[in-house]
Order: sequence, then C-alpha cells, then structure tokens
Amino acid sequence: MTAADYVTACLFILGGIFFFAGTAGLLRFPDVYTRLHALTKADNVGLGLIVAGLALQAESWLAAGKLLLIWLLVLFAGACVAHLVARRALRKGTRIWTE
Amino acid sequence: MLQWAFDTMLGFGLLWLAWRALNSSDLFKAIVLFIAFGLLMALAWVRLNAPDVALAEAAIGAGLTGALLLAALARLGAMTDQNVSGASAYPVPSAQPPAGSHFSRGLLILLLSASVAGMAYAIWSLPSYATGLSMDVAAHLDDSGVGNPVTAVLLNFRGYDTMLEMMVLLLAVLGVWSLGGLQQQPEKPVAAVLETLSRFLTPVFILAAAYLLWVGADAPGGAFQAGSVLGAAGVLLLLSGWRPRVRLMQWPLRLALTAGAGAFILLGLLTLLLEKQFLTYPVAQAGRMILLLESLATVSIAVTLAILFLSVSSGHKEKSGKGEKK
Amino acid sequence: MQTLYFALALFLLLNLCAGMWRVLRGPTTADRMLSAQLFGTTVVAILLLLAQASDSPALRDVALVFALLAAVTAVAFVQRVWPEDKESERDRG
Repeated sequence: MTAADYVTACLFILGGIFFFAGTAGLLRFPDVYTRLHALTKADNVGLGLIVAGLALQAESWLAAGKLLLIWLLVLFAGACVAHLVARRALRKGTRIWTE
Repeated sequence: MLQWAFDTMLGFGLLWLAWRALNSSDLFKAIVLFIAFGLLMALAWVRLNAPDVALAEAAIGAGLTGALLLAALARLGAMTDQNVSGASAYPVPSAQPPAGSHFSRGLLILLLSASVAGMAYAIWSLPSYATGLSMDVAAHLDDSGVGNPVTAVLLNFRGYDTMLEMMVLLLAVLGVWSLGGLQQQPEKPVAAVLETLSRFLTPVFILAAAYLLWVGADAPGGAFQAGSVLGAAGVLLLLSGWRPRVRLMQWPLRLALTAGAGAFILLGLLTLLLEKQFLTYPVAQAGRMILLLESLATVSIAVTLAILFLSVSSGHKEKSGKGEKK
Repeated sequence: MQTLYFALALFLLLNLCAGMWRVLRGPTTADRMLSAQLFGTTVVAILLLLAQASDSPALRDVALVFALLAAVTAVAFVQRVWPEDKESERDRG
C-alpha cells in the first residue's frame, strides 16, 4: 500500500462514519426536521469523503472530474430537496419537536 | 467472501423489498419501497455484469417511474383527510380482493399453478451451459457500425425489436389519452428554490442525455437511457410549473411522438427497396444510420415520457382544488 | 484495496437496509420519502466504489444518472402528493 492508499482508507472510514451517522439519525431523531438534518450530512460530507478517497485512486484527471461532478450534483439536489421538504412540512404544520 | 456477503445481502434485500411493496396496505409506502427496489435492482444488474441494463434501470427508475407513480397516486384521489401532522394515509382503495365465486377462484388457482409449472419446466430445461448468441454478435460486431455489442443488437441485428418498442410507447400514450386526454393548465408560480433547481439542472440533463446518446456507440448508453434522462428534464420542468405552449401541443407534439417509430419504418422501407431486406443497413453507412435512428428515438422517448407524466398528473389540480375548498 | 472497496460497499448496503425501518415506520409521508433520498445517495456511493473495484468506468455513468435524477422523484413528491394547504396559498400570494 502506498501513501495515497492510506489516505484513501482514512477518507473511506470517515465517509462510512458519516453515512452511519446519517442512518442512525434517520432512525433515532424525533421529527422530520432533525431527520432531514441527519441525512443531509450523509449526502454532503459522507459522499464527499468517499468521492475524495476514490478521486485519489482514479486513473485519470477526467475520471476524478466526473467523480467531483457527481458529488456536486448530489450536493445541489440534496440541498434543494431538503429545503423544499422542510418548507412544505413547516407550511403544512408538521409539529416541531420540543423536548 | 466480502463479495459473496454483498451479493447475498442484495438478493435477500430485493426479495424482502418486493414482498413488502406488494404486501403494503399503504400505497405511498408501497411506492417508496418500489423506488428503493429500483435502486437495489440497479446494483443487482451491476453485479450481474450488465451495466447497460443498470443504466436503463437508473434512468427510468429514478427519473420517471417514481414521479409517474406519485402523480398517479395524487390523481387517485385516495387522499383521505391528510391530517395536520401529515401522517401518511394512502390506504389501498380496495384492500380486500372482491369476493369471487368458488368457480372463478378455482380457475385462478388452476391458471396460476399452470403458469408456475410452465416456468419451472422452462428453468428445468435450460442447458447447464450455453454461450447463447454472444459469439455470433462478437463475430459480426465490425459490420454493425458501432462498438458496443448491446447497441449493435438493439439497433442493427434486431432493429425491428426496437421499432416495435417505440410503437409500444406510442400505444401507451394513446392508452393514457383515451382515459382522460390532455387538459391545458395555467402556469403556476412555484418556490424560488425549485425554479433555480430546474433552471440549473435542465441544461445539465440535456448535456447528460447527449453524452449518453453519443457514448452508446461504444459503451453502455443509448437511445432509451438518453431519452429517459431527457424525459426526466421534461418532468422536472412540468413540476416547476412550466407548461408547453398550446401551439406546440398540436402537430409538433404528434410529430415528436411519432418521430422514432416513423424513422424506423421509413428507413426499413428504404433498406427493403435498396438491400432487399427490412432494416438491413449497408455496412459503410450503418454507423450513421444508427446514430440518426437513435437521435430521433431519443426525442420520441423523451417527449413520450414527459407527455405521459403531464397526462397522468393533469386533472389532479382541479380535484385537489375542490378538496381544499371544503 | 479490493477488500477495502467491497468492505465499504457492504457497510453502506447494511446501512441502507437498516434505513428501511424508517420507510416502514413512517410516521409521515415526508419521512418515507427522505429515506428514499438517503438510499439514492448510498447507492451512488456504492456504485462509485464498485466502479473502482471492478475497474469498469461505465458504472460511473450509472452513478451520474442516479445523481442527476435524484431530485426528480423528491420534487414530484413535494409538488404532487403533498399539496400545500389553502392557508399557505394565501400566505404566498
């Protein structure tokens, strides 16, 4: 294993932790808004870390660019969808968790 | 070992999801489970070394099936009082199957057992090892005009299959139209974020569709995948309140809907005249002809899918409008 | 490295299966839809890992298509299945 491989492994483990945290949040948090918060972490940071790890191993700059593009698309779509869902939930009067 | 664990997990996950989706008493839950099923199915195709099918599953499953099912659900009007907390309540309209007579039930059981027996026999009689036609395809790949064996089969060796598939899509639109037809709806303002999303994503969708169409000659991709991505762009625009102009809904729409099937038929007749065989391209021109056919098919597929979505979700507004007034 | 790719892919798949509980449980429609959104991202990550592990760049296109289309279903849900109440319509106009 080269140095890049070790960095990739670290990034993968971190990314895996964020995905795990996202899933745990989805399962354990009490209302829509907090669950939204949890899963956007998996979308943004989790996928971002895994993509960063893979980009280190990519065979060409082009492939790394495509990986980056995929991450940016997920980031953009995730952010917009989270906003739309939260806004609609608030307007529909979904209860906000307080203790 | 890890691969084995992954595949086992995937297989059981798929079976479980299929069972829960069919078994669910809540239609919305069933749709979400079906979307998840599509995601895992794409992974399964990848593991089976069929990236072409995985790509089609991704494009159609993520872009259209979900949106179409959700629009159909909204139209069903099965939305019994959605209470303030937004608790999901989309019961299956008739959860109990209509109680038939003993005779019809017996007949059903008989037919089902016969089809199960037939399938079991078909699986039983499969040869334990077969190369299929892949050798033949590989041998003639150079004459097909493209480098991807799947595209070669779909557009050249068995072009008439794809032609008939285009007609199936056309029939689907006719079927939906005969049920309700297309009503014009006014454009409706939507959230600013949604507008930004659709404005930013639509050009990317078009670019991706063009990429998939072009790359289809040598790698997984092609007309169906590109058409579904383009159709998904249409769906996103329709969801963001965009409506096509009335003028466009007349003959330009019909022309776009029939372009793919029409191109196949015209080219088929042309080759019948010149080469004495239906849809047999001259080797030198094959690449160009396939690209032409695929481009027109992409347009047709995209318009068909977007129009299907528009037709399914039109008529929803009035109904929910009435519901809200009470 | 192969082992690492497959280990992470398996871990993500396990996460996805655990997330199914939220789809079954609900309680609101939004919760179910959000889980599907998370599954989409997870599958994108798995596909990218498999693309690298099995050295087949075509899988990146599959991931690209999933990433592109991730928004469509969710937007369809917000706009069609979950219409705004009358009060909020007045709110906005």
